[in-house]
Amino acid sequence: MMEWLALGSIAEIPALGGRYVDTPQGQIAILRNENDEVFAVSNRCPHRGGPLSEGFVSGKTVFCPLHNWQIDLEKGEAMAPDHGCVKSFPVRVEDQQVWLGLEGVAP
Amino acid sequence: MMNPVAVQHRKARLVVVGNGMAGIRAVEELLKMAPELYEITVFGDEPHPNYNRILLTPVLAGEMALEETILNPLDWYAEHGITLHTGSRVTAIDRVKRQVLTEDGYSAPYDRLLLATGAAATIAPIPGNHLPGVLRYRDMSDVEQLTRSSELGGEAVVIGGGLLGLEVAHGLRARGMGVTVVHRRAWPLDKQLDARGGALLQKAMEDRGVRFLLGKESAEILGDTHVTGLRFADDSEISADVLVMTIGIKPRIAIAQAAGLQCETGILVNDTLQTYDPRIYAVGECVQHRGQTYGLVAPLFEQAKVAANHLAEYGRMRYQGSVTSTKLKVTGIELFSAGDFMGGEGYEEVTLLDGSQGIYKKVILQDNKVVGGLLYGDTSIGPWLFQLMRDGTDVSAFRDNIVFGETHLGDSGHAGENQASRLADGAEICGCNGVAKGSIVRAIREQGLFTLEKVRKCTKASASCGSCTGLVEQLLASTLGGFYDSSPQKKALCGCTDFSHQEIRDAIIQQKLLSVRQTFACLDWRHPGGCATCRPAVNYYVRTAWPAEGLDDAQSRFINERAHANIQKDGTYSVIPRIYGGVTSPAELKRIAEVAERHNVPMVKFTGGQRLDLLGVKKEDLPQIWAELGMPSGHAYGKALRTVKSCVGTEFCRFGVQDSTRLAIELERRLERMWAPHKVKLAVSGCPRNCSESTIKDFGIIGVDSGWELYVGGNGGMKVRAADLLCKVKTHEEVLEMAKAFLQMYREDAQYLERTAPWVERVGLDHIQAVVVGDRESRQQLAARMDFALSQEKDPWAEAVSGRLDIHAAPLRRVPA
Ligand SMILES: Cc1cc2nc3c(=O)[nH]c(=O)nc-3n(C[C@H](O)[C@H](O)[C@H](O)COP(=O)(O)OP(=O)(O)OC[C@H]3O[C@@H](n4cnc5c(N)ncnc54)[C@H](O)[C@@H]3O)c2cc1C
Ligand code: HEM
Ligand code: SF4
Ligand code: FES
Repeated sequence: MMEWLALGSIAEIPALGGRYVDTPQGQIAILRNENDEVFAVSNRCPHRGGPLSEGFVSGKTVFCPLHNWQIDLEKGEAMAPDHGCVKSFPVRVEDQQVWLGLEGVAP
Repeated sequence: MMNPVAVQHRKARLVVVGNGMAGIRAVEELLKMAPELYEITVFGDEPHPNYNRILLTPVLAGEMALEETILNPLDWYAEHGITLHTGSRVTAIDRVKRQVLTEDGYSAPYDRLLLATGAAATIAPIPGNHLPGVLRYRDMSDVEQLTRSSELGGEAVVIGGGLLGLEVAHGLRARGMGVTVVHRRAWPLDKQLDARGGALLQKAMEDRGVRFLLGKESAEILGDTHVTGLRFADDSEISADVLVMTIGIKPRIAIAQAAGLQCETGILVNDTLQTYDPRIYAVGECVQHRGQTYGLVAPLFEQAKVAANHLAEYGRMRYQGSVTSTKLKVTGIELFSAGDFMGGEGYEEVTLLDGSQGIYKKVILQDNKVVGGLLYGDTSIGPWLFQLMRDGTDVSAFRDNIVFGETHLGDSGHAGENQASRLADGAEICGCNGVAKGSIVRAIREQGLFTLEKVRKCTKASASCGSCTGLVEQLLASTLGGFYDSSPQKKALCGCTDFSHQEIRDAIIQQKLLSVRQTFACLDWRHPGGCATCRPAVNYYVRTAWPAEGLDDAQSRFINERAHANIQKDGTYSVIPRIYGGVTSPAELKRIAEVAERHNVPMVKFTGGQRLDLLGVKKEDLPQIWAELGMPSGHAYGKALRTVKSCVGTEFCRFGVQDSTRLAIELERRLERMWAPHKVKLAVSGCPRNCSESTIKDFGIIGVDSGWELYVGGNGGMKVRAADLLCKVKTHEEVLEMAKAFLQMYREDAQYLERTAPWVERVGLDHIQAVVVGDRESRQQLAARMDFALSQEKDPWAEAVSGRLDIHAAPLRRVPA
């Protein structure tokens, strides 16, 4: 069962940056771009596990803070010339409130 | 018997078929050697005098006017007594009567014939390939047609992702069309790039709005009266208003073939560029020599030289084939490729990949010799590499550093500006025309050349594709010294903009741009969010220009500078408190020890800069640790003043002649919180034994009997550089003022991420001395600006502890299992 978890107001996530959520499945990066679109991906870069929540966000891309891999947030894939995937999670933004969809957690 | 001159009293007649780059170059070479030997007639089926085909791309992109591409104006032909027939196609060669016949019924007798018919664009043999709207990219009329079509807007599809395909795509995009490049292989430019380089190029082109469809086989061009689209072998389709074919070229050999001259792909020629009929020579893209055809001007110009030598009856030179290198002429994309760039078994590779700067370099070696290479993003070492490859130089002595070029200084920055002056005299600068450095320098000196145009005229260097313009300008600058005033070569900050660092800085100052966002908006950034390269740079430029009003945007700071701690490989952080001059006290050490114990800090270590480092701290714990330490931030994480190292000095050392410790503490107090283009390290030694290693610091100070010696631009790290002596002063106050002035000049002038070592190399010690040492007023102003900037900075740890600064230490939410 997927549960929608309230994360709070979008204002708590810096635009063009991110925060993270601690979950039983590990940390999830919550990233916000210049158009206030919010993305959720596993907070581990496919390269060497860098925390993506600390990276630069621009458009649909996050730049990993450790070695600057670029991750496409829509596909959850590293962009050329690199290879690798991150798991993405569903996110909804309604009335400035951010919701994260997670499997297997208490509501 | 073959001598055209001996038995005849009239001049021998030379007929040239093809009024293009190779043919006319051969005529030029011939006129240099034997101006009176022939009566020359030239036939060309284009309506123009000879122009520079290579420059069609800048013309199409709207960066250059058609007229600027003309190499030989009509006057030139007249001056040299050459009869020119433009718009006139030769349809047959009568080898028995020794004459050529044209389409319009004209005939011209020859004693020698030179074929230089070039090549034509290949058209794919698929249905619909003759529909209106299917265009080629070969000559001026194609460019005129493409320009006209682009005025209607709409979608262009380019079939073929090679050099020409990408250039035409760039041009049409610049004219406002939507452009898709369709390519058979998995990455564009597969003949010049490996997969990784191809991916970088694709991304850079995509950033400019060009789309790619890769691994696609075209099957049919759609449309009844005009192109409407393209269908692929997998039955998918794409719509198109214009379709350009750039899948290759084929030598124009029809008239040669019909005349019975031996041809395969091209017209066969020997090492003297003679065809099967020894009266008939051929040069250019139409020929095949030792099994090889060429599609670049450099080899064709070599051929032209040899053919001219024989036509002039010198009979000395032989053409033995060419090694070629390529460049792409898309503004803002630098790419160089030569030889075998793929490597594989039996080869060794040296590579460098810097994704953040978009730089990729790969050199292929075999038996310690360069056999190929590709450079993407920074091609400054291209000419040198190409030279090593052609000379077969043994590179074992410097193979590990080969990707950094002949000179490599400083652990950041590229000393590209000085590249040319360090090349050997024999090194080739202009690949198109084969002009070596020595001949350019000689021409500048002996003929008193002052401008790029003059050098182009006299040496031909940089006169063809223009890629070496930067190097030629460097040679002008280094040969003429202060006389040559060029605006610096323009290099875009990153893929988000075409503006250079300097242009952006100027705009921030002139238009009073007070934030990264405002700068991006005002300068039409391609991505409103920028990227990891431009955001920190622009934020730095805003803050330096406007220390009081400019917004310091946390999201435009690297994570270290946002969290005010160094991120480690496992995502934990390190905490390095400020310990001025490296002098601490038992009480302070106790406090640090207690904090480390209380928080189970996994490692406590002395840094290379005489400070204490608490390693392995979780982000969540940072504010608490800072609060308990009660010490200011050491900025060990920033592009900022790091430490001022000290030695023991007169207080205790038996050799000391100056109080180095006190000066170090004073300097660190006065300069702390200084942000800079890159990290800045200082050191003070109390005597010339130099125990704190002042001569490898950005600003180093050495005590001597009479006062202090100040050194600048030193560097330890990856590339060691000994600092230069800036000046000698007497008092602490003077040291402080010089330090502030020098560092402020560096802050205002250096590019973001350029350390002092390459910066000093670039702008020159003389210039810095003139501004900082020689001019008291400018020194004081610089120091005052530094003081003002520093007065605006607060200690970030204290800010975070008091709650005025949020580093987002805690997670947004914790979800229980
Ligand atoms: C858009 C573009 C960009 C390029 N960029 C580069 C580059 O950056 N670097 C590089 O090295 N090379 C580049 N090239 C390739 C370079 O332009 C050619 O290699 C070079 O022009 C070939 O010279 P040529 O004299 O053999 O042929 P051409 O320059 O094509 O000259 C042949 C001439 O002969 C005429 N002709 C042919 N048959 C007849 C006939 N029967 N009667 C009368 N006239 C005839 C043709 O119309 C043409 O004018 C580029 C080419 C193009 C099209
Ligand atoms: C002529 C040669 C040198 C002599 C006679 C000399 C002598 C000394 C002396 C007397 C001290 C002070 C010791 C103390 O009381 O704490 C010292 C400190 C030191 N020396 Fe040298 N030194 C020489 C060269 C060097 C060089 C070349 C280096 C490094 C490149 C060096 C590195 C150091 C260091 C790191 C210290 C400790 C400084 C500090 O942190 O306080 N020394 N040296
Ligand atoms: S530099 Fe001179 S004064 Fe300083 S510790 Fe070394 S020997 Fe002593
Ligand atoms: S861990 Fe993300 S780029 Fe290396």
